[in-house]
Amino acid sequence: MQKVWMKFFFIWLEKQKELNSMKQFYHFIVKEFYHIFRDRKTLFILLGMPMVQIIIFGFALTNEVKNTRIVIVNQSTSATAMKLVEKIESSAYFELYSQTKDPSIIDQLFKKGTVKVALIIPHDFAPALIAQNKGQLQIITDATDPNVATALTNYLSVIIQDFQKELNPNNIIPYKMEVDTRMMYNPQLKGAYNFVPGVMAMVLLLVCTMMTALTVVKEKELGNMEILLTSPINPIKIILAKAVPYLLLSIINITTILLLSYFVLDVPINGSLVLLYAESALFIMVSLGLGLLISAGTDSQQSAMFISLIVMFLPTVMFSGFIFPIENMPLPLRIVSNIIPAKWFFIIVKSVMIKGVGIQLVWKETLILFMMMIFFFTMAIKKFKIRLA
Amino acid sequence: MNKNAIVVNNLSKQFGQFKAVDDISFEVAKGEIFGFLGANGAGKTTAMKMLCGLSMPTSGQASVAGFDVYKENESIKKNIGYMSQKFSLYEDLTVRENIKFYAGIYGIAPQKIKDKTNQLLQQLVLEKEADMLVSQLPLGWKQKLAFSVAIFHEPQIVFLDEPTGGVDPITRREFWNLIYDAAAIGITIFVTTHYMDEAEYCNRVSIMVDGKIEALDSPGNLKKTFNAKSMDEVFLHLARKAKRIE
Amino acid sequence: MSPLRYILEKEFKQIFRNPAILKVIFIMPVIQLIMLPMAADYEIKNINIAVIDRDHSAVSNQLVQKITASNYFKLVSYDNDFDAAMESIENDKADLILEIPKNFEVNLYNEKESKLFLAVNAINGVKANLGAAYLTNIVQAYNADFRIETLTPGRFTEMPIIEISSSNWYNPKMNYKIFMVPGILVLLITIVGMNLSSINIVREKEMGTIEQINVTPIKKAHFILGKLIPFWVIGIVVISVGFLIAWLVYGIIPLGSYFTLYVFAAIYLMVILGIGLLISSYSENQQQAMLVTFFIMMIFVLMGGLYTSIDSMPIWARWFTRLNPISYFIEVMRMVVLKGSRINDIAPQLLIMVIYAIFINTWAVLSYHKRS
Repeated sequence: MQKVWMKFFFIWLEKQKELNSMKQFYHFIVKEFYHIFRDRKTLFILLGMPMVQIIIFGFALTNEVKNTRIVIVNQSTSATAMKLVEKIESSAYFELYSQTKDPSIIDQLFKKGTVKVALIIPHDFAPALIAQNKGQLQIITDATDPNVATALTNYLSVIIQDFQKELNPNNIIPYKMEVDTRMMYNPQLKGAYNFVPGVMAMVLLLVCTMMTALTVVKEKELGNMEILLTSPINPIKIILAKAVPYLLLSIINITTILLLSYFVLDVPINGSLVLLYAESALFIMVSLGLGLLISAGTDSQQSAMFISLIVMFLPTVMFSGFIFPIENMPLPLRIVSNIIPAKWFFIIVKSVMIKGVGIQLVWKETLILFMMMIFFFTMAIKKFKIRLA
Repeated sequence: MNKNAIVVNNLSKQFGQFKAVDDISFEVAKGEIFGFLGANGAGKTTAMKMLCGLSMPTSGQASVAGFDVYKENESIKKNIGYMSQKFSLYEDLTVRENIKFYAGIYGIAPQKIKDKTNQLLQQLVLEKEADMLVSQLPLGWKQKLAFSVAIFHEPQIVFLDEPTGGVDPITRREFWNLIYDAAAIGITIFVTTHYMDEAEYCNRVSIMVDGKIEALDSPGNLKKTFNAKSMDEVFLHLARKAKRIE
Repeated sequence: MSPLRYILEKEFKQIFRNPAILKVIFIMPVIQLIMLPMAADYEIKNINIAVIDRDHSAVSNQLVQKITASNYFKLVSYDNDFDAAMESIENDKADLILEIPKNFEVNLYNEKESKLFLAVNAINGVKANLGAAYLTNIVQAYNADFRIETLTPGRFTEMPIIEISSSNWYNPKMNYKIFMVPGILVLLITIVGMNLSSINIVREKEMGTIEQINVTPIKKAHFILGKLIPFWVIGIVVISVGFLIAWLVYGIIPLGSYFTLYVFAAIYLMVILGIGLLISSYSENQQQAMLVTFFIMMIFVLMGGLYTSIDSMPIWARWFTRLNPISYFIEVMRMVVLKGSRINDIAPQLLIMVIYAIFINTWAVLSYHKRS
């Protein structure tokens, strides 16, 4: 299968060769392809990474509350309290871990981490509800994770409020304002709509920036650079030839991601596919440029990797907006986020793919990426030239 | 006590269908300088790696310093030194640190390491460079140093895999002087090389072609047998038969 | 004198001579611990809202005031034009649109159904959900106030009400940083430890020095230990730097003891370094080792419970997290730092880590072949 595919690609390259007379350039590219195809492990990971990411993000990472273990400290013996416990137990959100009368168990269980939420039903719950029309309950959460704590409190409150309504079905609440909410673009609130563009940015950066940087630096480390540079071909071409295979790999990766997200995760592609690919190609070029720039400035694979990690990967995770909302950050960080290419790409993909807008609404972001590409390539070539001189 | 340092009987190494070393047999006497010649890809390095315990033979027997290569490869390692064509010192350590590290691994006492290091540096005229990183030394010096490190623990046999690749004739000459010094104190030398002039320095040479040993004798006798003026001619005569290319 | 001593001496010298490694030890913790918690703030605030008010009544005015007075919303537009509001969603200027229909106030007083329309940009589902929930809460709170002011007393008081009070333990101010910092510390030593160890042996392979080591009578276990111990020491240093930053910058002092944390970290590091060495001995070159490390680390980190809670994962994923060392350490870190759990509370996790460490490192020693 792979062989057929490789053959196809080399035929294509052959044609390109006839079209222009960059025969040497072609040979260098072919050489790079041989390197990549020979290293099966690396190739396997490069092509498998997006799939694994999509699957993990798509199925494993949710912030939904489901089957959360709850401990109920029930000091009331009334039928009402029993009904409430039953209602909580039967909900899909909670799973009754234990029911006791002793509140001190909460701290123990929280400390062990087995339970994250507790409900206390006091002994006078039912009598008070009947006599004073007012029953009191207490929710205690393990707020080490504030978001989970908030979500748990909300879910539990909703169940209790439902229960309250069931207690007096005939009551009408007067002067009621109702909010009719419509979730646009993503009515089922799927996480996939947000992370698919993010995964695209991450994978492209990884393949293009890190792999390109490492490939070029490796030649330096092994001392092959001098040999290559003394060949009659233009050194810039040699370096560019190293980037070309990764461009192709990235396009395959984008296709994989899009296919998986469309068919497996049901994420729609509302905008133009051509525009989406064009924007991705632009972002790939930006990442390649960044990778070449890193490789121009480092001498060992180790440094290249750590720089890629610090300069590219961490900021991308932090500032692209796909894991952490940018608008919450303090101003300096919000300013920093503007120099992260992935941020702009993330906005573009979200807009084009999910909102289905055209170039007229993303031209600004596109222009920024374009400028970044020019900048990285100019800097990289300049740096290489200085070193070669 | 056995007078042979190395005894090899019908030794083979096969990678899939490819017979890298094909049924070779020979003996190397103690204190001998034994040249192991062959074209690229003839199987020299593979054969050598089996003797050093770096590679498992497919079949045949061999013993090095009286130890069996199959079962006693760790005992062999205590009694041999090795220097490969791929440069084997740590570039990011200094000359002195490299010596100390390798000597330490062989379990030499600290005081002895110190004394011997100073003696060695003096001998190699590397006293000024002792605390320089190895990466800063010229290639020829690195190779001389690597050889000295390989025999620092006074092994019975030292294996040298193309030790003089890529250096100038003068440095090669100096390197061979070191080899003679080592042989003089009774170390058996097992050396592979491309350079036919170096073959002349050996007591005996074997010539490998396509995984087999085609000739084994002293350089003088070989020249006689093949009616050649130099080892170069002997080698070309034999190597022309080779079917393998690298 | 054991050969191990010489191996250790050599490894330490090599590490400290490598500027890249020093950067990793000192710059990474600072960047990560200072920047990440600031950036990693999930708390949803500053939600941009566009209001279309077609009613222009006293009630609609008050409602809008309530919304803007909350900390959560920022009013970006307030007019009559639905299309303009839609466009502000399309170009990301607004996250949600609240439409107050005509006669909203009149309907409310007449006790008819009075509806508000809310449209949310739901690409980011979590944010959309919380945004809608906050807004609904504000509307309901306003609704309750309105009802009390308007109602004739005594008319509807027969209805029983359940009052819910809630308290949030261990982190009553719901401070997100207190939650994130311990997790990030785990991330930090994992990244440093695994990266350093995974490219180490393979680097010797690439340089050719491994062959020289292999012809020496060195013991396999010594060789592996010689690689492990230096990185283990570095890991302990990095985590100490991390604790220091957590204390100086965030004022975080563990409720439990540092001793418990160090005990766990010590064993955890053995696991992480063992995994790194394993990758290293199976890789052919540094590039491959880095990529594999990166791949494994990404999965471990994403599924480690730092970003999303493990409880809400599907069952297969929860099973997988049991093999994920990061998830154990993040859990333990939070338990000890925030809840003051003691060593017997974390005993199960500790035991698993010990078994894990033994297993991985035995494997690493076995996978290192001196002879091919």
